[in-house]
Amino acid sequence: MQGYILKRVLIAIVTMFVVLTVVFFVFRMGAADPVSIMLPPDATPKDAQKLTKKFGLDKPLIVQYGNFLKNAIRGDFGASFRYSEPALTVLFSRFPASLELGLVAFLMALSIGLSIGIISAVKPDSFIDRFGRVFALGGMSVPSFWAGVMLILFFGVTLRWLPIAGRGSLLNFIMPAFCLSLFPIALLTRLSRSAMLDALKSDYVVMARIKGVPEIRVILIHAFKNASISVVTVIFGIFQAMILGSVVIENIFSWPGIGRLVLTSFFFRDYPVVQVYVLFVTFLVVMFYLLLDIVYAYIDPRIRYQ
Amino acid sequence: MPISTLAFDINKSWRLNANYTVQENVFGFLYGYEADFQGLFNRKSYMFLKKGKKSSEKKLRVRIPYLGLGCLGLFFFTVIFANVISPHDPYEGDLADSTLPPAWEEGGTTRFLLGTDMLGRDVLSRLIHGSRISLLISVGCIAFYGTLGVILGLISGFSGGRTDMIIMRLADLWSSLPGIILLFMLAAVYGPSAKTIIITFGIMGWPYYGRIVRGESLSLKERDFVRLARVAGCSNLRIMVSHVFPNIVNTVIILATIDIGGIIVLIATLSFLGLGTQPPSCDWGLMLAEGRQYITYAWWLVTFPGIAIVVAVLGFNLTGDWLRELLDPKQKLR
Amino acid sequence: MKDKQLDTENEELLVLKDVKTSFFTKKGVVRAVDGVNFTISKGEVVGLVGESGCGKSITSLSIMRLVPQPAGKIVSGEILFKNEDLLKKSEDEMRRIRGDRISMILQDPMVSMNQLLKVGYQLGEPYRYHHKVSGSLREMCIGLLKKVKVPAPESRVNDYPFQFSGGMCQRALIAMGIANGPDLLIADEPTTALDVTIQAQILKLMKDIQRESRSSIILITHDLATVAQICSRLLVMYGGRIIEKAPVKTFYKKPAHPYSVGLIKSVPVLGRPSGRLYSIDGQPPSLLDPPSGCRFAPRCTQAKKPCFEIYPPETILEEGHKVSCWLY
Repeated sequence: MQGYILKRVLIAIVTMFVVLTVVFFVFRMGAADPVSIMLPPDATPKDAQKLTKKFGLDKPLIVQYGNFLKNAIRGDFGASFRYSEPALTVLFSRFPASLELGLVAFLMALSIGLSIGIISAVKPDSFIDRFGRVFALGGMSVPSFWAGVMLILFFGVTLRWLPIAGRGSLLNFIMPAFCLSLFPIALLTRLSRSAMLDALKSDYVVMARIKGVPEIRVILIHAFKNASISVVTVIFGIFQAMILGSVVIENIFSWPGIGRLVLTSFFFRDYPVVQVYVLFVTFLVVMFYLLLDIVYAYIDPRIRYQ
Repeated sequence: MPISTLAFDINKSWRLNANYTVQENVFGFLYGYEADFQGLFNRKSYMFLKKGKKSSEKKLRVRIPYLGLGCLGLFFFTVIFANVISPHDPYEGDLADSTLPPAWEEGGTTRFLLGTDMLGRDVLSRLIHGSRISLLISVGCIAFYGTLGVILGLISGFSGGRTDMIIMRLADLWSSLPGIILLFMLAAVYGPSAKTIIITFGIMGWPYYGRIVRGESLSLKERDFVRLARVAGCSNLRIMVSHVFPNIVNTVIILATIDIGGIIVLIATLSFLGLGTQPPSCDWGLMLAEGRQYITYAWWLVTFPGIAIVVAVLGFNLTGDWLRELLDPKQKLR
Repeated sequence: MKDKQLDTENEELLVLKDVKTSFFTKKGVVRAVDGVNFTISKGEVVGLVGESGCGKSITSLSIMRLVPQPAGKIVSGEILFKNEDLLKKSEDEMRRIRGDRISMILQDPMVSMNQLLKVGYQLGEPYRYHHKVSGSLREMCIGLLKKVKVPAPESRVNDYPFQFSGGMCQRALIAMGIANGPDLLIADEPTTALDVTIQAQILKLMKDIQRESRSSIILITHDLATVAQICSRLLVMYGGRIIEKAPVKTFYKKPAHPYSVGLIKSVPVLGRPSGRLYSIDGQPPSLLDPPSGCRFAPRCTQAKKPCFEIYPPETILEEGHKVSCWLY
């Protein structure tokens, strides 16, 4: 078990390192150089030279890379052009809003998706099953941004029931959280249903019934524990989908989170912020992956005893 | 499959059926009622069925996703005949016709059935031409990462050992990273465009295909015809290309059909964010983004592009599900 | 009822009267069990023999009332267990009987164990859900493992099923089956998935346990040799029906039904080289809309006209030996 976790942590570190490297080279070699973006149009070549020196852009690439890594470890990713603050600080000031929305949507997806999926599998062809399948189909086919725009049109513009932008009251949560969790619910419903159907058909479930285990325990302990192995895999997919989703939804509903920040920064060519966003999101994803790997090992003893 | 030429008797029509509840009717409408088919699987396609089962004489009960096939038909119809059926030029508009509502609304004219946008361009024509863009970009993405996935999967499955391990580790690492990250980076370098999207997903999407192709080729590797080819002195490359590849084409096609719906949504989403195709393209996502500013008085600008996306995606999703159920009953391909 | 008691001195434990179980599939109704009658007495070991797909397993699942839902359904009949009809019991009453009074061992030990739960936990379940439990069941589980002769039970109890071999899994399953000292144990091909040497051990174990506990056992198998080793009586099933019932010795000496004759002939005998092994021609019948006559008629070499039209009634040949065939 310890060896397993150690290996996973190692993979996580390597992943972070690879992404750091890629980010450095892509932004340093490809992107328009920061000097020309930052300088006012009437700047002299001398100003440009000064700035180049300040950023260390006159040094060989490999030295720049070394400096970049060194600064990255210290948490210094340069200053935002727009906010003239460290990019990381800007990002962190917006992160709580994203976390709040993401957490609500994630918990909604988990509770609704799993319960519909399990009930559907236990009672196939029941009303819940059919509703779940239609809902899952809808969630996969209706793009979340369109759902958002339509909700704004209907509840915000026509009926004027819900606020269409910003953060604050509980009412502000309803539409963004619904849109953000739409696809995750669909995915989770679909997958937990098929995983549960497989599990309920298996011999160990028959055996549990033969032993006289109460049905609710057969479903939750014997079947669901096995189904949860594939559910865990899907939860990772959901997490990834929600990262893109947060960019979309935060922009539609003017939610002041990092998804909105990164898109506006991107269009303002505020690359340090984009860069920090990329690294931070990768970090989140890698951490989440690590967490799921551990959960996975906790559920499945075969992995633990490898 | 030439559905029209099939001899089939539908025991439940797709129309609302009084013998069923509303719920069952809705369900049947979406997922298709069951119908008895004769000879749907003739010699050519019987390889999809279980071996040794000759079903040409047997009646087969199959459900047909009328809605899905209908949506797909509509989509491909507009793709193929875009130039013929679109009433106006999708890129040219007269500012005098700016933001006209759909024909049935007050102030709408029959010249512009679904209204016009603020530049006076016909929404219907733009939607029709948008189908081409959606198909083109999504097929581009899938072709890109499908090819990459198939090649890497074949190499991985065939060579085994260290190469296999490295490729699969890479696939793990790759699939753990969200694609949007690479997109932001590439868009920062090359600017947002359809090409950037295709390259991003081309690079990001291969692991899934790679894993499945690897699995298939691992089992094919042990089959007699591959061994015989090896005995006959075929090179590894030749075995891969002319013996193994034809046997995984089916799988790849199913995968692609299932994928395409999701990819269309993704592309529309990115265009909506401004990270994809740029104006004056008539990509559906972009149309929606442009229309969003006028949401308070021009509801048709945000409604119809969305419906177009849903129709196309529903078509691909329902048909893909159906194909998978039909051709992959054991659900190997999740 | 024609099916009169054969061992009058023994008490009837389980009586099946005209049990019919069908599967309602898209292709039609599959009559997996089509009117089965038999009686099991207390302490008796009975073999239920037949080829795969003849309805043996569905018969046993019908007794447990665990026919796969929603397609499967027990259509009619009575299953009297200790003179109470199981088919009239509520789901909760049934649950209390399962694993306590009637228990069952499934075919493939590796997939019958839940791979994610400790063997000890799974062993304790039958007891836990039928008794008031306070504290740990560890000691009891160790005792059970000892009973089925799993080596080092103290440490094994904390293992997971994937750390067990196939034979040990089957032992653990047997331990679960006997945990509450059931009146009836149904063993559904308990040895098919195991190596030959392990098979013999498992059979011996079951024999020992039966001798100790005096439970009745229904041993479902397609292997006549297994039956000969531990059963006293034998039921032959074909096409969803019982076609012959006989004490084991009588059956081996003079099987009555043409199908049984074929079965006996197809068993290889050690030291008697016979060239090609006998085999019964034809395919097992489809249980989808079966014919009205004898199910075996299409494959039977001695079939006559009535065989194809009317199902033969049960004929008593001698004490305890009954056959459903028009030849008698």
